[in-house]
Amino acid sequence: MKKVLYGLLLSSGPLFSQGIQNGHLSGNFQSNSQLYYEDANLGITSENLPSEKFLINSFANLLYTTSNFSAGMRYEANHNVLLGFDKRYNGEGITYRYTQFNKDGLDITLGNFYEQFGSGMILRAYEERNLGYDNAFDGIRLKYSPFKGLYLKSLIGKQRLYFDKAEGIVRGFDGEISLNESFESLSDIKTQVMIGGSFVSKFQKDLDPIFILPENVASWASRFSIYHGKWMVGAEYVYKYNDPSATNNFIYKEGQALLANLSYSKKGFGLSLAAKRIDNMSFNSDRNLSGQEVSINFLPALTKQHTYALATIYPYGTIANGEMGLQADLNYKIKKGSLLGGKYGVGILANFSNAYSIHKSPINEDTAIGASGTLGYTSDFFKVGDDKYFQEFSLEISKKINRKLKLIGTYLNTHYNSNFIVGYGNYGMIKAGIWVLETQYKLKPKHSIRTELQHLKTAQHEGNWAMGLIEYTVSPHYFLAIQNLYNYGNKINKTHYPNISAGYTKNTTRFALGYGKQRQGIFCVGGVCREVPKSNGFSLSITSSF
Amino acid sequence: MKKTLISILFILANTFCFAQTKNTTLPSVSIKSIEGKTINTDSFENQGNPIVISFWATWCKPCAKELNAISEVYDDWQEETGVKVIAVSIDDSRNAAKVAPFANGKDWPFEIYIDANSDLKRALNVNAIPHTFLLNANKEIVWQHTSYLDGDEEELYEEILKL
Repeated sequence: MKKVLYGLLLSSGPLFSQGIQNGHLSGNFQSNSQLYYEDANLGITSENLPSEKFLINSFANLLYTTSNFSAGMRYEANHNVLLGFDKRYNGEGITYRYTQFNKDGLDITLGNFYEQFGSGMILRAYEERNLGYDNAFDGIRLKYSPFKGLYLKSLIGKQRLYFDKAEGIVRGFDGEISLNESFESLSDIKTQVMIGGSFVSKFQKDLDPIFILPENVASWASRFSIYHGKWMVGAEYVYKYNDPSATNNFIYKEGQALLANLSYSKKGFGLSLAAKRIDNMSFNSDRNLSGQEVSINFLPALTKQHTYALATIYPYGTIANGEMGLQADLNYKIKKGSLLGGKYGVGILANFSNAYSIHKSPINEDTAIGASGTLGYTSDFFKVGDDKYFQEFSLEISKKINRKLKLIGTYLNTHYNSNFIVGYGNYGMIKAGIWVLETQYKLKPKHSIRTELQHLKTAQHEGNWAMGLIEYTVSPHYFLAIQNLYNYGNKINKTHYPNISAGYTKNTTRFALGYGKQRQGIFCVGGVCREVPKSNGFSLSITSSF
Repeated sequence: MKKTLISILFILANTFCFAQTKNTTLPSVSIKSIEGKTINTDSFENQGNPIVISFWATWCKPCAKELNAISEVYDDWQEETGVKVIAVSIDDSRNAAKVAPFANGKDWPFEIYIDANSDLKRALNVNAIPHTFLLNANKEIVWQHTSYLDGDEEELYEEILKL
């Protein structure tokens, strides 16, 4: 059978291509490699120093596109996978391939695809290659727009699990309508209204020796957004029927999630407010996996995403079993020529966010909260729980002094509850204050120097940190950066993390060579930001696209 | 597996022989406007003048630097070349609601879109942001560049002037 298929494919090649000529082939390539040296402080000791010494993650995508047809594939080769990635990524193969065609408004995808319904809290398949995250579907997706403003999507498939697929079958449907686009009588009014709804269900056989588990787990979501001039208000609510899993300790409680946003913005001023409540909303393609690798949904962390090295030491991650939180974000530009603004104006960014546990009460006197095989607990929707998970305030002020010099000052105050947030274990509430001063100086056209001075002060966990960075760039091709993080407040181990990196960019091809120690986190030098795993030694990163 | 690879390559090779060799045009992908409307990239229009598409995100500092730098000289660029800049944010739902306030707060005069599912990013083979494309009058991609270093906007402008 395989041979017949193979023959057919080969013989149909020329025929097939005639029907889809005038197409374009494009693609990209990325390779990150690392030569490792032992480093006890980073947890790279002789016991787990990779015997290969040299590890590499690489992939390439090829896409073929015509006006109404596209096909693509990705080949991955990890020999062996970099430290910090799951070992199940060791190996090579075609991990993504699809064909898609569009006829009379019907858009059909066969094979692998990424998808998001609404905000993603009910369904989101996505990739973050540099973090080793990829939960792409393998299946069929249809998209159809029967008339302007109405968009329907349906899909069925299994999710990627490393070089394999997760057990569960996911089925989903989503509809969204823009009232103003769909009804002519509304097309001219200032208020824009959008409503949408989704239904997602998962099937997984019940082989549990103790519990009778639901083999089909259904969930639904509804959402709206209203835009009126400078205002926007929107919300999404998700409900999931009982779904006992390793993450929720096999309780039979339903799950709920609510995310609401309000924003106002005009020239030089932007304010956004967000609130969320998440209760038992882990939704996995395999109920027995407690990790994130085959999540059907995506629960966004409503906190600011930082890029300064010391500000990324205590990041928040959503607690899927239950949390409530708020965020306020302000972006303001003090006008040029005003008393405070000076000649060039002043930029101000302020952010406040927090996250608390949800209130939980036992279902009856004899049952502990969250006991396996029970309904778990009851929860008052509007009542905040006793535990504070996270809180952060940040303020960033940027000021252009003259044509050559720009200063950016940042202050962060973080409360990070390590007993609950996945990351560091039980250090209790870690309270940290972080100061950053960044300067950007133009030496001459196309030559610039950028420096960062950072300090983190905390009495808990690993104590104080200091950091310095100097980066020299020559547009459009070269950069050289030297940095050092110093954990001088650490009582056990005062560690330096020196790192030197240099790079060359030509159009879409970029080489970056690094040497030194690297903490895990977002690494922003040489004009790009990317997630990097911890390492010690030489690194080489090559990216290209055409 | 090997056979699948060979057949796919064979088809691609075959197809390639028949395909005309011209610049890649902008792929047709649906993204969202900051008013939440679904917009197809086919509708990107600048009356025969060049279009710049720049990928960014609210958390990406080099991206903001690039867009700030272009913003400062945008009036002059438009006057001389009629160029239009389209800034496509790849922020996911963690930050998507902040995109409009962020862009407005920075006072950026660009058309802003959100590619929350990274569909356009994938279709254009973007590895990392910032990544900038230059499109000619026929909406063909004539130049692209990854990363932003201080002064890179001058190279972009030289490319725009060549059109």
